[in-house]
Amino acid sequence: MSRPLLEVRNLRVEYATASGLVRAIDDVSLTLHPGEILGIAGESGSGKSTLAQAILRVLPPPAIITGGAVEFEGRDLLGLDESELRALRWSRISMVFQGAMDALNPVITVGEQILDTLRAHARMEPTVARNRALELLRMVGLPNDCLSSHAHQLSGGMRQRVGIALALALHPALVILDEPTTALDVIVEREILEGVRALQQKLGFAVLFITHDLARMLEVSDRVAIFYGGRVAEVGTADQVRRSPAHPYTQGLLRAFPSLHGDPGRLASIPGAPPTLRNPPPGCRFHPRCPVAVEACRISAPPMIEVAPSHRAACHLAASESPGDR
Amino acid sequence: MLYLLKRLGFYLIAAFAALTLNFFLPRLMPGDPATALFARFRGRLGPEALEALRETFGLTEGPLITQYFTYLAHVFRGDLGISIAYFPAPVSEVIGNGLVWTVFIAGSSLVLSFALGTLLGIAAAWWRRGWIDTWLPATFTLLGAFPYFWLAMVALYLLGFTLGWFPLGHAYGDDISPGWNATFIGDLFRHAALPIGTVVLGTMGGWLLSMRNTMIGVLGSDFVNLARAKGLSPARVVLRYAARNALLPSVTGFGMALGFVLGGSLLTEVVFSYPGQGYLFVQAVRNQDYPLMQGVFLVITLAVLAANWCVDLLYLWLDPRTRDTAS
Repeated sequence: MSRPLLEVRNLRVEYATASGLVRAIDDVSLTLHPGEILGIAGESGSGKSTLAQAILRVLPPPAIITGGAVEFEGRDLLGLDESELRALRWSRISMVFQGAMDALNPVITVGEQILDTLRAHARMEPTVARNRALELLRMVGLPNDCLSSHAHQLSGGMRQRVGIALALALHPALVILDEPTTALDVIVEREILEGVRALQQKLGFAVLFITHDLARMLEVSDRVAIFYGGRVAEVGTADQVRRSPAHPYTQGLLRAFPSLHGDPGRLASIPGAPPTLRNPPPGCRFHPRCPVAVEACRISAPPMIEVAPSHRAACHLAASESPGDR
Repeated sequence: MLYLLKRLGFYLIAAFAALTLNFFLPRLMPGDPATALFARFRGRLGPEALEALRETFGLTEGPLITQYFTYLAHVFRGDLGISIAYFPAPVSEVIGNGLVWTVFIAGSSLVLSFALGTLLGIAAAWWRRGWIDTWLPATFTLLGAFPYFWLAMVALYLLGFTLGWFPLGHAYGDDISPGWNATFIGDLFRHAALPIGTVVLGTMGGWLLSMRNTMIGVLGSDFVNLARAKGLSPARVVLRYAARNALLPSVTGFGMALGFVLGGSLLTEVVFSYPGQGYLFVQAVRNQDYPLMQGVFLVITLAVLAANWCVDLLYLWLDPRTRDTAS
């Protein structure tokens, strides 16, 4: 296998709150290869957006990276100083933010926001920059006059297309999509994801696709990682995870999504609520909600166990053939 | 464009209402200015002089409605009557002299206070928990808790009277003739330093805190985080993305503060015997100078309305969202 583009090792991110440190990401390791789409799914608060912001090192203030390493193209991102980071941001790694509503500056035009990105990284003739901006808009299927529009004049879908155009501005090797289709209707969501997929195949960038929509993610991604309570519960190819989920949480998630062709009667929710990160349960974080939990789950956190080549799950029962009652 | 015309229409109606109130309020009071003035001369004027004064003030015996229209006609011609305290100078001239000074000290203290407070607010929010953020908001809130005429008196006593660094009053020294030369302008600023300085110290905290707090909110928004992720320079992230948005509520506040500028510097002007609008107003009240009071009130109202219209214009330029809801 080729050298990984991005390697996250034992990453830990904590929020400093009045009542002490809250661990939002706990010992997370992931690899992403060039040109690959890695999907990350999990419930709200499972740490997936925090991961995205930690990779670009734009975590909002109370959050701090307290351990681990993030290596990108062989460089340690956590060791870069501010100016090295600035040079790397967007030119190598870019991001489409969650919620298109708030991701654009409301008081300056879309064009200006694309142009300042281009100009921040390279000296560019005004006409060259303008042409590049127009080319980017065309790439995501937006008309030229969007350049002089303000965010409030665009629909949610158009805003998200602007976000994608912006992300592709500097030919990045990695694009992080942080819940790119939240608050969009299904039709627009599908159009946008298909657009991203087509662009990804044409331009060859890698994608870290963060979502809470498991079904959509399995459809789009090459490999997927399932997050639970700030940890990786399961990682594998989309096929492996869809066909033979190894973690009871993944199994529960898959049952909670309706399938177009499957039996609608089997739809079931996972009982209980996601763990609070302030006071996470001991042992396996999923054990209070797990239908198959045993004594060991209450005592010790399960290590990542390889259930098949490139398919691993953090479950004590994953070693035996089938942990759940699938 | 339609929006601006609508706003203009609104301000015209408000101006008209102010004019009308300005006419009726004094007339609701018992007595009339002519009698008051007549009384001040304690019998040294004959009854025919009283009639003449009545005539001058437009207090003829005609019905109220004709008096009202005569008044309106006079106002539109810029004729605000004759001042009683500064008899026989016309009110428009008296106010004209005072207005220049008020606009000078109140205007520059507002602009200075707004600019300094806003810049420090940006700095406090950007370097959150840094020394600016730790010390300045508290210091200026404390200073703002004192009435600024009190600050003015303390400054006047310590810096003016005891140490003698600054003159004790007036807009310029008696020994200096006005003119566009360095000596005169230097003297102007020496006289204006304490009045402006104390108002700035007393009011800066408000701008600082409101900018700081809005900035902190805006700094947490996605578009600022995106701007950082895009690798823009910190200056551009702070100014073009964060401050540009956080400024909007402060601009509204600025528009409202303009209203207090002309009337609100009253006490400062009294402390420093500064010959501005507020000082005039006090003279007018002392001397029961109704035409002058009316004139001062009218000028303040119209100035505030005009200033607010300018702020509307500014807002339109600052916030593109208002442009669309407007058209």
